[in-house]
Amino acid sequence: MSHDHDHDNELDPFAARVRALETILTEKGLIDPAAIDVIVDTYETKIGPRNGARVVAKAWSDPAYADWLKRDATAAIESLSYTGRQGEHMQAVFNTEETHNLVVCTLCSCYPWSVLGLPPVWYKAPPYRSRAVIDPRGVLEEFGLTLPAEKKIRVWDSTAELRYLVVPMRPQNTEGWSEEQLAELISRDAMIGTAVAKAPA
Amino acid sequence: MNGPQDLGGQMGFGPVAPEKNEPYFHADWERRALGVTLTAGAMGAWNIDESRHARESLHPAVYYASSYYQIWIKALEVLLKRHGFVSERDLAAGKAVDPAATPKRVLKAESVPAVLAEGGPCDRPVATPARFKAGQPVRTKNFNPTGHTRLPRYARDKQGVIEAVRDGFVFPDSNAHGQGENPQWVYTVVFDGSEIWGEGADPTLSVSIDAWESYLEPA
Repeated sequence: MSHDHDHDNELDPFAARVRALETILTEKGLIDPAAIDVIVDTYETKIGPRNGARVVAKAWSDPAYADWLKRDATAAIESLSYTGRQGEHMQAVFNTEETHNLVVCTLCSCYPWSVLGLPPVWYKAPPYRSRAVIDPRGVLEEFGLTLPAEKKIRVWDSTAELRYLVVPMRPQNTEGWSEEQLAELISRDAMIGTAVAKAPA
Repeated sequence: MNGPQDLGGQMGFGPVAPEKNEPYFHADWERRALGVTLTAGAMGAWNIDESRHARESLHPAVYYASSYYQIWIKALEVLLKRHGFVSERDLAAGKAVDPAATPKRVLKAESVPAVLAEGGPCDRPVATPARFKAGQPVRTKNFNPTGHTRLPRYARDKQGVIEAVRDGFVFPDSNAHGQGENPQWVYTVVFDGSEIWGEGADPTLSVSIDAWESYLEPA
């Protein structure tokens, strides 16, 4: 197979459009492409749901921390050095025996980047944004989560600048586990509310 | 505005279809789209409310046919043209042709960690005391502004209860249009599912929004 063509010509039209925009802005001295590299590296390798899992594991392990997280999530999370963009105003909501919490942004894609990283595609897409507020049980079924019929569901629509972190219930049979072990049970989806914490293997 | 972004309760979009072990980016251009959007925003010519309004102002057919990073880029082109940084001729040529407005700042690579860590807090002092208190019943207003608002259609003219008095926050309905921050108190207001969805609503459901004070009236 011949391979002597210009690889730029292989870009799909949207990739070409983004590249053109970056080129124009760079040529005009308006953006620094190296800054883009740092941004991408930050959100691809440094900031992700492991941050949030550490917050939750600490709340499970330390009642004083859990209380602080309930009262002032922004400060409690900042104490673990998770700060910044789309985490400036945090609120932690705790699942209980009675109530399951679910977070959505019906109007755009508001999401707690500082503790969960960049949102998954489905969180930003119309099926989830349209249905989470009217048919949360149906949505949760699509994630493989069936809640008991009597369990109350509270949906938090992130319409302002508060960003919500769901604190799932601690699984049974995890007494004496370290925070590191506990964090392994806490998925991104459990902190959005589309899952619960994993049971110990 | 009653635009394509206002999705709560709409139907017909199909199942959620979560992807197992989803990568952060599905193509390299998505990485650049994230970075271009953030670095261009760092020029300081527009605020987050204006950028949200640019996205929701895309034609509904375009909005629904686009992935979220595509929505970002299409709206970013609008913002860059509006603020004089990029021209139609630049975009047609795929390179810089026309001169650009002067940005307030250019985000350099070495400043990125500090800028991301600082974020953009939008809480602000409000001169007047909060009008409502926790536990108080309230009704959301019925309005249909043509500009930006953060009161979803499904939550208009509905009775709920103030669950929490939050902070003063920049008012997006004015800030998106260059009409100032005009901070107001923000409240978490919780509604019974049946108040919002009526007949057939899930009896175990409650939904909350975060509402600026001017969206609310005493009930």
